[in-house]
Amino acid sequence: MNTPVDITTESITLQIDDKDVSCRKGETVLQVARENGIDIPTLCYMEGLTVWGGCRLCMVEIAGSPKLQAACATVCMEGMNICTKSPRLENYRRMIVELLFAERNHVCSVCVSNGHCELQSMAVKLGIDHVRFAYRFPHLEVDNSHDRMRMDHNRCILCSRCVRVCAEVEGAHTKDIKGRGVLAAIIHDLDQNWGESSTCTSCGKCVNICPTGALTHRGTAVGEMTKKTTFLPYLTLMREAQL
Amino acid sequence: MNKTITIEGVTRIEGHARITIQLDDQGKVCDAQFHVTQFRGFEKFVQGRPLTEMPGIMARICGICPVSHLMASAKACDDLLAVDIPPTANKLRRIMNLAQIVQSHALSFFHLSSPDLLFGMDGDPASRNIFGLIRDHPEFARDGILLRKFGQDIISLLGEKKIHPAWVVPGGVNAPLTAQHRDLILAEIPAALSRAARALEYFHTVRDRYPAEVDAFANFPTLFAGLISPAGLIEHYDGALRFVDENAAPVADLTDPHQYQSMIGEAVEKHSYLKSPYFRPRGYPEGIYRVGPLARIILAERCGTPRADAELGIFRTRLGRSPQSSFHYHWARLIEILYGIEMIQRLLEYPDILNTHVRSRARPNRLEGVGISEAPRGTLIHHYRIDENARMVWANLIIATGNNNLAMNRGVLQVAQRFVDGTHLEEGMLNRVEAVIRCFDPCLSCSTHALGQMPLCIELINSTGELCDVLQRD
Repeated sequence: MNTPVDITTESITLQIDDKDVSCRKGETVLQVARENGIDIPTLCYMEGLTVWGGCRLCMVEIAGSPKLQAACATVCMEGMNICTKSPRLENYRRMIVELLFAERNHVCSVCVSNGHCELQSMAVKLGIDHVRFAYRFPHLEVDNSHDRMRMDHNRCILCSRCVRVCAEVEGAHTKDIKGRGVLAAIIHDLDQNWGESSTCTSCGKCVNICPTGALTHRGTAVGEMTKKTTFLPYLTLMREAQL
Repeated sequence: MNKTITIEGVTRIEGHARITIQLDDQGKVCDAQFHVTQFRGFEKFVQGRPLTEMPGIMARICGICPVSHLMASAKACDDLLAVDIPPTANKLRRIMNLAQIVQSHALSFFHLSSPDLLFGMDGDPASRNIFGLIRDHPEFARDGILLRKFGQDIISLLGEKKIHPAWVVPGGVNAPLTAQHRDLILAEIPAALSRAARALEYFHTVRDRYPAEVDAFANFPTLFAGLISPAGLIEHYDGALRFVDENAAPVADLTDPHQYQSMIGEAVEKHSYLKSPYFRPRGYPEGIYRVGPLARIILAERCGTPRADAELGIFRTRLGRSPQSSFHYHWARLIEILYGIEMIQRLLEYPDILNTHVRSRARPNRLEGVGISEAPRGTLIHHYRIDENARMVWANLIIATGNNNLAMNRGVLQVAQRFVDGTHLEEGMLNRVEAVIRCFDPCLSCSTHALGQMPLCIELINSTGELCDVLQRD
């Protein structure tokens, strides 16, 4: 369930960053890179969920292809020559993260996830010390209607991890995305307040899997929200074992 | 021919301000105003945010006294939750608040105001600043810097950060004190007390050098306001808000914070972004009152700690119970530094100070909450309204400095009338106009800090716009 195609036992060889690697046919570039200790940044990818390919941070260069490819959604082929780090890629990655910051209201210093945020860590990792784009400062609501959890659209990067975990692991499919482009937003059921959802099981998986301060526990103060994501590989493994 | 002198960029205060001095045809001062030229907007942009974020957001109002805003904001949130915080959390908050007061007072006295006292009001502006102090009076400057460090280190040990710690939360604090950190703080107490005592010894050698300034630095009868404990002791965290008259006789006690608007009105003047609070029963502007260290010293029967009370005794023997000159803010500030250090020690020695129950948990149980505490500069009020989903819908903040706005304006006029001769400008004249503002230690932007060398340009312009005289300080 984690890759675009089924993984077979057939072995192939390729090069990533001038390093000879081998893998099973059907594995993605991202999986193989990580298995070999090569770091490719991601935000929307989460092991245990289907590939989304939305954040575009994992773009890599493949020799012979003029287009960049998303490592999470690209299946390895025999003889591929892949570059994961180049000035061009780093420039695009910085730009993507800067645009995420500019798109909504990410005020790290007063965010409940300050110090425990994947977007913040990514900015640090990519050496982003300022944003070159004009902030949009959209007026977005905080949905504080749920008894135990909070949705702050100001901090959401639309990675859709919450949508996927809710649909694929919990099986509730309470969350989805409405609208397009900058108007896109996470919704509950038929675009109702979270607290009014009849399908939400209040399991909290979406909160723990959210990379930013968009989904948090109610009652948390600045910097207090920490996420626990270790449950997901375990649940996935157990489910696959049963199958 | 009317003329206006503008002091643009008032130096050695926290934030940005401008002073204008109006001259009449004879070159005599006929009016003066203190303008605060920045706009912040916190009351507006917190709307829609969850209440649990309020202490963290409101602390961003200030880089010097974030702890003060943490306290008032957390108290307003406690009120919204309708909880009593655990006794240990109360003591821990008090310790951090006092540490904040010690470090802020040290900054005000040593870094910002003492250059005027050490080098004289007419001293060379090039050395009349903290860097001049370090060069010519290194021991004195070191005491000031280390006293500030003492307070900052306590804040850091409690809240993990010197500036904007996220440790104070609705319902208490988010982590208990460790024995190791308690012992680290206690080990620094004797040295801090010695430094505060040396500062007072020094102050006694210079306080009589400035009779003209004592006489004219916002020296007029007003009300004073501040928190006071039930036993009549000086108080910075809780208690009733008391107003006293110029003779220190109680005028009114506010015991229910929700009723603060029955006591305090907020006037808006066109010349400044800073509101002008006034004591409502006396109307505007007759309801002028002062807050801050001098007000607290006047309000309280005594401090409640031995060294501070001994110094308060000297203060009162020398100046009486209720001195009206704002020049005495400096002395009061030093007494509060002494008190703060002594009280931190006392609080740390309580047997329950290491208890781990430091947070009360609750959902919001009220839709309106008010928190009042004492910031270094005076009484600070945070007033919030939330909706049923615990999101902010409205906020009103009365910042400590704002309470002194009317007094600062009158003080500027008094000093200008006494010292400024419109026919011939001298730097020392205008420095005194700034120095009266420094007595109040205003925190204007609470995020921008100007130290001595800030450029200052004073232009004397007649009513037709013709430049008559220019005074430039680089």
